[in-house]
Amino acid sequence: MYKIVKKEKLAEDIERFYLKAPLIARKAKAGQFIVIRINEDGERIPLTIAGHNRSNGTINIVSERVGKTTALLSSLKKGDSIIDIVGPLGNASEIENFGRVICVGGGVGTAPIFPIARELKKTGNYVISIIGARRKDLLILKKEMENTSDELHICSDNGSIGYHGFVSGFLKEYLEENLTGNADKKKDITRVIAIGPAVMMSAVAEVTRPFNIKTIVSLNSIMVDGTGMCGACRIEVGGETKFVCVDGPEFDGHQVNFDLLLSRQKIYCDHEKECMSLYKHKCGLPE
Amino acid sequence: MTKRTDKKNIKKEKIKRVAMPEQDPGKRKKNFNEVALGYTEEDALREASRCLQCKNPKCIEGCPVGIDIKSFIKLIQEKKFNEALGKIRERNSLPAVCGRVCPQEDQCEKACILGIKDSPVAIGRLERYAADRELKRKVQRPEEFASPEITKQCTREKVAVIGSGPGGITCGSELAKLGYRVTIFEALHKPGGVLVYGIPQFRLPKEIVRREIDYVKSLGVKIEVNMVIGKILTLDDLFSEGFKAVFIATGAGLPRFMGIPGENLNGVYSANEYLTRSNLMKAYKFPRYDTPIIRGDKVAVVGGGNVAMDSARVAKRLGAKHVYLIYRRSEEEMPARNEEVKHAREEGIEFKLLASPVEIIGKDGWVHKVRCIKMELGEPDDSGRRRPIPVEGSELNIEVNVVIMAIGQGPNPLLASTIQRLELTGQGNIKADPDTGKTNIEGVFAGGDIATGTATVILAMGAGKNAAAAIDEYIRTSIW
Repeated sequence: MYKIVKKEKLAEDIERFYLKAPLIARKAKAGQFIVIRINEDGERIPLTIAGHNRSNGTINIVSERVGKTTALLSSLKKGDSIIDIVGPLGNASEIENFGRVICVGGGVGTAPIFPIARELKKTGNYVISIIGARRKDLLILKKEMENTSDELHICSDNGSIGYHGFVSGFLKEYLEENLTGNADKKKDITRVIAIGPAVMMSAVAEVTRPFNIKTIVSLNSIMVDGTGMCGACRIEVGGETKFVCVDGPEFDGHQVNFDLLLSRQKIYCDHEKECMSLYKHKCGLPE
Repeated sequence: MTKRTDKKNIKKEKIKRVAMPEQDPGKRKKNFNEVALGYTEEDALREASRCLQCKNPKCIEGCPVGIDIKSFIKLIQEKKFNEALGKIRERNSLPAVCGRVCPQEDQCEKACILGIKDSPVAIGRLERYAADRELKRKVQRPEEFASPEITKQCTREKVAVIGSGPGGITCGSELAKLGYRVTIFEALHKPGGVLVYGIPQFRLPKEIVRREIDYVKSLGVKIEVNMVIGKILTLDDLFSEGFKAVFIATGAGLPRFMGIPGENLNGVYSANEYLTRSNLMKAYKFPRYDTPIIRGDKVAVVGGGNVAMDSARVAKRLGAKHVYLIYRRSEEEMPARNEEVKHAREEGIEFKLLASPVEIIGKDGWVHKVRCIKMELGEPDDSGRRRPIPVEGSELNIEVNVVIMAIGQGPNPLLASTIQRLELTGQGNIKADPDTGKTNIEGVFAGGDIATGTATVILAMGAGKNAAAAIDEYIRTSIW
């Protein structure tokens, strides 16, 4: 059993959970994930580690209420426990001094981009962060990102805060402004790291492709065991089948077949709806 | 008639091998309850009476863990059922499991003298009877078996076992019997390895596995779940935490795909995923359990081993109207146990033999058809089985909505990739001495599927047992 020692609301439907898991906290690195199972009937889902604290033995995850499992997680309070956590799984982010890097976080993807931005900053990179949400009140971790970035740019789909539009739209304008035109004004960008919904990561990869900037994305595919045993998470990278759980979760965004990822993410759409409506019915929530 | 001829007549009156009572195929293909129902006491006594109690019993030589078969059957003949189980447990900590899933026809029963002219003694069924009898009594009279948890205090050196499948469990329990403090680390959330994620409920009820594992715990073995060694703890961490030896028994946890177009379409599963969803995660009880599984009405299973049979029979139970088993050779070459093939046929699995998929054709991202090519058999290959050769121009399409790849599993590289100095074979298996399990690293042993490639539960158990003896010797003598 793994105890929830603290729970914070970051935005509507988005919460941060601090979980007591000292062994995982001791080994966790930015970019890695855990697989959790909430109760005996529960499914196993992967969640990226949004932070860890070795001294108090906790890790934290940020979860958005979208389906039954995340709704169930959201119903838990400080002091409650979840039965299974496995991790840290997957490969850690590549952290070194690349020079000028851009960290892009879309929606709840800002949570896992934060520890990566922080590590990149610590290693001496000039960190430009671009974070976005559908609207102002859904934007998360603004302060944390401010503290760890040399530049922070904010976007919202409806224009209620910052740039009016998607993070990919802002990124495009930013790159055009900084990378084209006058040669001595050019500031080389060596790497872009993007985490968010698959469509957003795909859009970011398309924006950076013509500029030939190495673009790393962290993929969120369906998983069961998380150790390379089942192949549920398989995707195509550069025409080759890869397992996100053990070969990733980070890949070269220019090589990823996002159409396949998007299609595979929808395998259990109908099942998820059925599960959710059953859960709502059980909890007496509006359907 | 004289007395003499009387005696002769009695001897002539042969007792036939007692059949295993089974659930009716029509019924069982709609449920996940166990297919083989087990002997009654009367059945067991009758079957045991067939044993000749040979002076030089060949059956024991046929058993990978060397159970004293002759003695345990004698004890059954005498109705000393507890003692019979005790006799089995001297060599085997998982009798209820082995009685169900061991390929006895290739081992102990193959060696049985009665088998020369008649059917061999049903050793596996008797083993199962002895084990089930105790399990049943535990349920009926729990007070007699109160506090099974950690009845033994182990005080000798610490040994780590990685993987709680049959190999790891056996090694761990043997070492605990010798007094070692054993911790088994399991990556999944339930102990048992392939016994819980792989073999379906209807062949091996999970309740049985749980009870066998309770017994192993009662020997003093500690089992820690959710521990992916290589990630949460490294091999070096284990040694620095005071473990004197490590036994790696991580099994064959890497699914193989064919490398044909369309394998990443929605609706294509590895057998590992399909079975894990159904068995470990109980997807067959969706939505009561949260894990989903695609219930196709036409399902193709590719492969001819036990895992393929299990997958096909699960698909049938999940409601598929047609389940096609596509295998590239003929039934004769199938690696699956005869009993499994028979059960699959009885349940209406449709065999598409001498055929091999060349492509999976999709529609809107989902499996629509599997395109196969016909095969013919040529000369025997390295495995001794006749090599399948594609027949040019013989392609045909089969309409399906789920495809399950059950063409074998490789060694999962996760742990080995974190131990750089560990020597592997070309296939990625850990190089280990077949008699002792010793690897090239002092104090590190390996056995079961991770060392040999996919084999059987009992062979992994044999490897676990041998490794336990070698670990004991190593710790006592410090000689590598």
